[in-house]
Amino acid sequence: MMNRTDCASCIRATLAATVLLAATGAGPAAAESQGITEDTIKIGNIVPYSGSASAYGNIGEALKACFAMFNEKGGVHGRKIDFISLDDGYSPPKTVEQARRLVERDKVAAIVDVLGTPTNNAIHDYMNRKKIPQLFVISGAAKWGQPEKYPWTMGWQPTNSAEAHVYARYILDTLPEAKIGILYQNDDYGKEWLEEFRDGLGDRADALILAEEPYETSDPSVDSQIVKLAASGADVFVNISLSKFATQSIRKANEIGWKPLQFLNSVSASVGSILEPAGLERSTGIITAQYLKDATDPQFADDAERKEWEAWMDKYYPSGDKTNSFNVFAYAGCHTMMHVLQEAGENPTQESIMTAAGNMKDVAIPMLLPGVTITTGPDDFYPIETLQLVRFNGTFFEKYSDAIDVGKP
Amino acid sequence: MTRQARTDKSFPAAGGQPAAAPEELAILGIGLPAWNRLLLVAGLVALVVLPFLVEGFTTFQMTQVAIYAIAILGLNLLTGYNGQFSLGHSAFFAVGAYTAAIAMNHFGLPYLLTLPLAAVISFLVGFAFGFPALRLEGLYLALATFMLAIAAPQLLKFSLFEPLTGGAQGLVLMRPEAPAFTGLDDDQWLYFISVIVMLALFWLSGNLIRYRIGRAIMAIRDNPLVASALGINTPLYKTVMFGISAAYTGVAGALSAMVVGFVAPDSFNFLLSVALLVGVVVGGIASMRGAIFGGFFILYIPTVAESFADVFSKGLSWAAYGVLLLAVIYVMPSGISGLIDAVIRRIAQPKQAPRRTDPAADVATAGPGPSNREKK
Repeated sequence: MMNRTDCASCIRATLAATVLLAATGAGPAAAESQGITEDTIKIGNIVPYSGSASAYGNIGEALKACFAMFNEKGGVHGRKIDFISLDDGYSPPKTVEQARRLVERDKVAAIVDVLGTPTNNAIHDYMNRKKIPQLFVISGAAKWGQPEKYPWTMGWQPTNSAEAHVYARYILDTLPEAKIGILYQNDDYGKEWLEEFRDGLGDRADALILAEEPYETSDPSVDSQIVKLAASGADVFVNISLSKFATQSIRKANEIGWKPLQFLNSVSASVGSILEPAGLERSTGIITAQYLKDATDPQFADDAERKEWEAWMDKYYPSGDKTNSFNVFAYAGCHTMMHVLQEAGENPTQESIMTAAGNMKDVAIPMLLPGVTITTGPDDFYPIETLQLVRFNGTFFEKYSDAIDVGKP
Repeated sequence: MTRQARTDKSFPAAGGQPAAAPEELAILGIGLPAWNRLLLVAGLVALVVLPFLVEGFTTFQMTQVAIYAIAILGLNLLTGYNGQFSLGHSAFFAVGAYTAAIAMNHFGLPYLLTLPLAAVISFLVGFAFGFPALRLEGLYLALATFMLAIAAPQLLKFSLFEPLTGGAQGLVLMRPEAPAFTGLDDDQWLYFISVIVMLALFWLSGNLIRYRIGRAIMAIRDNPLVASALGINTPLYKTVMFGISAAYTGVAGALSAMVVGFVAPDSFNFLLSVALLVGVVVGGIASMRGAIFGGFFILYIPTVAESFADVFSKGLSWAAYGVLLLAVIYVMPSGISGLIDAVIRRIAQPKQAPRRTDPAADVATAGPGPSNREKK
């Protein structure tokens, strides 16, 4: 008897609690300045530490070391950076899960330097719905600069479009009879790149391009694609490949004795992680476009910024590879973020962070090439828009052209 | 003969569907069937209350567990109950996900209607694949289905289908919104949809297994020769099971597309197939509730492994995962479900036993005993 009444009342209690919780759950969203406390600012990051793109995991480690340096110097406006970096294995659903973990569980103030086009694509709407800044997306796609539609997302590096146009312009100006063979990754990234490159060549595109070979990220190697490109008779090789595929393509081209003038997309132009595994000898002569100082370039041996960077590597990231350009990239990215936080005011909010990010005027960031600065505006969410061509001479990339400002794509 | 020996060995938990527990067994004086009912009710209450007690992210994760549980159950119907291997279920998952995405994006179908559509299309694809699979056994079938898993992402990127599939870029979906009258947020709404679909599919497969079809497919698993001799239409049952299994996985894929709000070919790679197989084995082969444990395992253990690996290097997360997986298989050779059964067997005793064998204990607990029970 007692049993019955007990249970009836407990059901009522449960129902009441359920209704109450449902009511509170439907209440207003979290406070505007989530992730910002008296003495910390929580910053999230997602890069592939595992999977086919794991070479880029290095960026997360370097960012961590760089924020550690700023924390030791006292942080920003008296706040330390609490940096959380997670692995998504370059798989979009996993990126969504990790972004939600950062935003909803860790309650970060912003996420910064998430790597990849499809991965950022998967969280683009989510971050803007949640109104949490998605800053300095590591992807050259043009879509990260749409302030009217996506006011919470901003890129950082020059877009693929800018880079592709620089190569196309160079080829048109100096090699009007080029026979071009192209290797590209069959995804968002590779196809957009290819389209912009063709756009840059204009009506000469079909005449100059002899062969286009796609590869899948699930392919074990790109050997057969390289063999086909070589057989097409191309003497200019535009190599739009990433990570291990870049290494494989350089090695394979050399193995079969194909010696074209090679343009390598800049995301893969890392001496430590791409060229060295392929062989420095084999990589000699490769041309790419840069906006960052190459730490291995002797012309910067006495450069003050480079020395400071090296001191940072020694102290905060001693296990890091000084020839790996990702360490320069992360260092400059982290300095940009710190600049934005500095400008976002004594008591930053998500809004003031975005306002500061969209209001940079000729900001000099350490380790950017001479002539390259960051400029943004409320309607210009493309921070870096200047590139310089460089050529690998066996040990480092040496200057090949002056800085070329391609402006907005 | 050899085949019989092999299949017998592959399925130590054969018939693991918990048989009705003997009436006389009891834990804490409560009979096992009563425990079953009690746990079922407690579980259902927990399912309903949970999303109101935890934050949105946990609700999102629980939704994913439910979705994985559906896919694992689908694979378990095929592998655990019918003895056919598949490394290709990521492809059926992709078929379901893309069916939902294309139906919503290109044809404006309401999202709830995409679920039965995904089931039907996945069933047809699975049924069609079941025909060639009929001629293949064991390792050969595993290889044939492996082909499905590696072909699927490439087919989805193939330029001919690009207008429909969005190619390598994938498709961004409008995430379903909770109807205003429910007072739920979107995460809770998707959670309840997924859980209700999961419960319905579990109920259906419970009925499938318990009756004639279930006995027929298990007979085929245990001894195909005898099964045909008994008049079971082996080819028909095998292909239909392939279809049903694919339909379950396809529904899971459709739910996943809605919850993630984005489909891309690289989301449905071979690793997903392996993850589902791991879920089947860890949860418990030929165990329905094992599918839920499997869902928890494949969602949470990679994260646990990541924090383990953090101590040494971020790059070692899969190695840490491997160690955890080995540990689980070593400790629970018949899966989490099997472990629970073993624990129950150990602590359950005949209902009347304590009174007869230990009168002293009986006296000691006689007074408070029943009232304790009532408070529960």
